[in-house]
Amino acid sequence: MLNISNLHVSVGSKPIIDGLSLAVPAGEVHAVMGPNGAGKSTLSYTLAGRGGYEVTGGSATLNGEDLLTLGPDERAAKGVFLSFQYPLEIPGVPALTFIRTAMNAQRKARGEPEVSAPDFLKRVRAAAANLRMDMDMLKRGLNVGFSGGEKKRMEILQMALLEPRLLILDETDSGLDIDALRIVSEGVNAMRSPDRAMLVITHYQRLLDYIKPDRVHVLAAGRIVASGGPELALELEREGYDKYASSSQSVAAA
Amino acid sequence: MSLAAAIAARDPDLLPSRRDEDWRWTGLRELIRVVPPASPKVASVAGHAALAALGWPTLVFANGHTLEEASIAIPATGKGAFVRRFVSASDGAAHHVEADVSVGEGGRLVLIDSFEGEGAGYVASAALSIRLAANARVERIVLLDDAEDAISVARTDVDLAPGASFHQTVLAAGAKRQRFETHVSHPGAGVNVRLDGAYVLTGKRHSDQTTVVAHAGENGITTQLIKGVATDQARGVFQGRIVVQRGADGTDARMAHHALLLSDRAEIDAKPELEIYADDVSCAHGNTVGALDEAAIFYARSRGIPEAAAKAMLTTAYLGEVIERIVDEPARELALAWLTGRLERLA
Repeated sequence: MLNISNLHVSVGSKPIIDGLSLAVPAGEVHAVMGPNGAGKSTLSYTLAGRGGYEVTGGSATLNGEDLLTLGPDERAAKGVFLSFQYPLEIPGVPALTFIRTAMNAQRKARGEPEVSAPDFLKRVRAAAANLRMDMDMLKRGLNVGFSGGEKKRMEILQMALLEPRLLILDETDSGLDIDALRIVSEGVNAMRSPDRAMLVITHYQRLLDYIKPDRVHVLAAGRIVASGGPELALELEREGYDKYASSSQSVAAA
Repeated sequence: MSLAAAIAARDPDLLPSRRDEDWRWTGLRELIRVVPPASPKVASVAGHAALAALGWPTLVFANGHTLEEASIAIPATGKGAFVRRFVSASDGAAHHVEADVSVGEGGRLVLIDSFEGEGAGYVASAALSIRLAANARVERIVLLDDAEDAISVARTDVDLAPGASFHQTVLAAGAKRQRFETHVSHPGAGVNVRLDGAYVLTGKRHSDQTTVVAHAGENGITTQLIKGVATDQARGVFQGRIVVQRGADGTDARMAHHALLLSDRAEIDAKPELEIYADDVSCAHGNTVGALDEAAIFYARSRGIPEAAAKAMLTTAYLGEVIERIVDEPARELALAWLTGRLERLA
């Protein structure tokens, strides 16, 4: 599904991702954990195609198709979805309008017919009910005046409706209380399927109690420095990132 | 010094110039060397589908003349609604039009004034007045759809009796030079004046919205929200003056002008002025010029919305704030359709 090979990314002229390789097969959930400044957000923004993240080497493909030459909207139409750490507020654009515009734009790009208004509303009602979201929230400006937890739920709602193939969750647990974390995690877990891959990017192990990963990778100084099963997350929680931070520095110095 | 006087005398020396402080961004003297000949009388003009769809009584002025001798009675009770079309129908000609509206005590009126350019290269001037008797309420929508190479100046004087309210939304698409002035004599006494506007400017179009509100009595309210976008080499001008005269205590006046510059060569000029001669007043003005939020564009694109559509969506939302303040629903829908149509030309 997702294949990242020897990826190098600079922001400004500063290298942030430095030879990162990672493969997430279809049907699997992989966690990427790492200390602040390791390049976690750079990785998610690079995969989504944000401007200002310059790929200086390596590749990233989704089902064999090169992602890095595509614009963000083209990647979305291919099935990439980034759940933002800090979702934006868009005054004047109701969430319903935003999501329907996005859904139809993706369908158009794939040569599929538009979703009808009644069909769309039916889907939204079902998805909103699963996430305990009030339909009134969806009629107001997107995320305007929402709490952190409400914004994250709105991200998951969009994800559920857009049905992506590659789900990237960037620090989805930040700003969530336990109840919101449970609801959001249930929403994410409901998306698990044999033809989807998930990349869960997080600083803390806590989220992984709710979204169980198949593999855990440690990102430090711009590359994957260790990989293992779910037990690796627990070890990081106990022992911290210190040993990886120092080992990657010594690698860089060598 | 006015365009009307220059047209009447065919004397360009009577035109306001950049050296007049109030015309520094919209000087006409520098632009018009010879005043064009008077526009001919015409017998008919093309239809306007969006206005016709309203089904409201309509007065048509073509080249400064009414097409037929007609007047529209405003009902003494209930809400009246009518349309005035000011059509510049001929190429390279000049005309001036005058028209008045009076609303009686307690009357309610929705008024749509549409300025349209059927011809090219014309010079059009208008002097309009609106009088509101006690407790009358008027909501006015102005559509400025002049030809790209036209010069068009309109001035409206609004006179309010105590207890009246006047709400206006001016939607401007610009012209070679386009200026829309609104002068309000504000009696205070709880009277509520809203003077809003939006502009969408492309190419080399120029649009100037100038407002002057003079608060003469106590406890008057004025609110203003003007928003615009300018791209290419277009220029948007906003001049807003609020005068609070001696004794007009308790005045509450808020003026805001916000613009998006979508190109490096577009220009926005703004001059908010508060002249306050009373002690106990609450007056504020805010003015911003910026670009579309790149982070919001990326967010929309990451959901699959192509860049041009994302920009159009954000721009519509930006200007939509002005449209949402229109109370009358058919008028609001007309305004929204106007805005959507104009924004399509931005892409």
